[in-house]
Amino acid sequence: MIAQHITQASYLLAAALFIFSLRWLNSPKTARRGVGAGVAGMTFAVIGTLLHPDIVTYRWIVVALVVGTIVGVPLSWVPLTAVPQRTALSHAFGGLAAGLVGTAKYMLWLEDGGLTHFRTAAIVVEVLLGFLTFTGSLMAAGKLQEVLPTRPLTYRNQNIINFALLGIAVASGIYLIVNPETWQLFPVVVVLSLVFGVLLILPIGGADMPTVISLLNSYAGLAAVAMGFVLENMLLVTAGALDGSSGFILSVIMCRAMNRSFTNVLFGAFGQVSAVQAAGEARTVKSATPQDVADILENASSVAIVPGYGMAVAQAQHRIRELYDQLTKRGIQCRFAIHPVAGRMPGHMNVLLAEAEVPYTALAEMDDINPDLPQTDVVIVVGANDVVNPAARHDRNSPIYGMPIINADRAKTVIAIKRSMNPGFAGIENELYYADNCLMAFGDAKAVLGDIVKALSGEAVAMH
Amino acid sequence: MQPTFDLWSMLFVFMLATFVGFQVIQNVSRLLHTPLMSLTNAISAIAIVGSLIITGAEHDTTSLILGAVAVAASMTNIVSGFLITDRMLKMFRDKRERQ
Repeated sequence: MIAQHITQASYLLAAALFIFSLRWLNSPKTARRGVGAGVAGMTFAVIGTLLHPDIVTYRWIVVALVVGTIVGVPLSWVPLTAVPQRTALSHAFGGLAAGLVGTAKYMLWLEDGGLTHFRTAAIVVEVLLGFLTFTGSLMAAGKLQEVLPTRPLTYRNQNIINFALLGIAVASGIYLIVNPETWQLFPVVVVLSLVFGVLLILPIGGADMPTVISLLNSYAGLAAVAMGFVLENMLLVTAGALDGSSGFILSVIMCRAMNRSFTNVLFGAFGQVSAVQAAGEARTVKSATPQDVADILENASSVAIVPGYGMAVAQAQHRIRELYDQLTKRGIQCRFAIHPVAGRMPGHMNVLLAEAEVPYTALAEMDDINPDLPQTDVVIVVGANDVVNPAARHDRNSPIYGMPIINADRAKTVIAIKRSMNPGFAGIENELYYADNCLMAFGDAKAVLGDIVKALSGEAVAMH
Repeated sequence: MQPTFDLWSMLFVFMLATFVGFQVIQNVSRLLHTPLMSLTNAISAIAIVGSLIITGAEHDTTSLILGAVAVAASMTNIVSGFLITDRMLKMFRDKRERQ
């Protein structure tokens, strides 16, 4: 009896620590304290559970904990460009754990007659969300790692087939809830959830990954909530709800940043429409050498850099920081304009730039920096494309029409560093490159930036 | 045990925790959305609690295997989630700290 009170007290403490943990993420100054609180909460919860009277043997627990640690430690060493894949993979693990516990509980209660309608309902929700998250996240991780094709895979009647499958799964689930003993339906629910997870992610393209990862994050949290209802555990309900609302808020932010709805992301198969309108009259662009760019920068007093995922692909983060150092050394104000969907997951660009030792005070959100851009002398676009395409503001036929963008075109001069004139990821032509105030610096982003930095520092040496 | 009572109190907890979650998450710095996701990943691996009870109770072989795999999966998330979050947060410095 006392042991149970200790367990519950440790859960209560853990829940409070988890809330503090997230709360301290409100500023980079206190954020690391948040990790400490999270670790402390988790430790209390695990120790409290191990004291639970139901636990009679520790042998397999120890084995599983050791295996988890052996897998988990190297997973935390991945390069930061691969963080989206790691995140998707960990959603998959979370979903798997929920699905497996739900399955085990169903079997145990089926045996000892403990299956009530309510318990079965909670288990069905847990298993459905858990296994759907498991395969869906594996697919997302595969697409992000590019072991699976990143473009949307579509086939005829895709949505009808998907909904039919989900319908059968839900119908089987409901039948199971009404008649908990019809165990034959349980594997049907499991298999359909697994298949539905795969089908859900197939039509989603790489550009939508930030939204999808956030959504899967939310599902993984809700699966933990359902597990809490199955096991009648308040801590699981609380922690799962925190995770679920976090994923939900992030997906809303991502959707807003692309001016799209959830349904459109999940069922819209972005990227198909765009190929149609690629044909247009040949227009000319102005190109500039790194030396030209350096000269322009020397005479600027304010510079904004717009990074995109292409920057990470070219591994140009450190060159960008060198450029930042050169500019700030000359007293030129230099900031980074970060679009919410730049990169492959929410906040990805910030982490990549922080790794390159760009101080976070130089990172500005789209909404904060947009009003300043008309007074900015030079905007440098590195590896970003759709997020600076002015067509989003005025061209009703553009697939990205209505998407909030960084108004790079309003700056006095725009320099776009790009490999070639090939349209970007989504296959959409970018009219920014043809604007009068835009200069193209062609080449690999890392090499071009390196040359610009060299040209700038060469001048500096000559002056001494 | 009164199942109806438990159901309602759990729904209350769920509702309140969701509101707390919304409030807290909306205040998270936009700079830190990637670490936020890895941190919530680690926190939602609290599913380890349920997995531990199933594994430790040792009812039968099947539930033991399912439970142990779930413990290992959750532990992976806990370990990698907290470690990578800390690794990322260490990189966020303002100007003063850099010099």
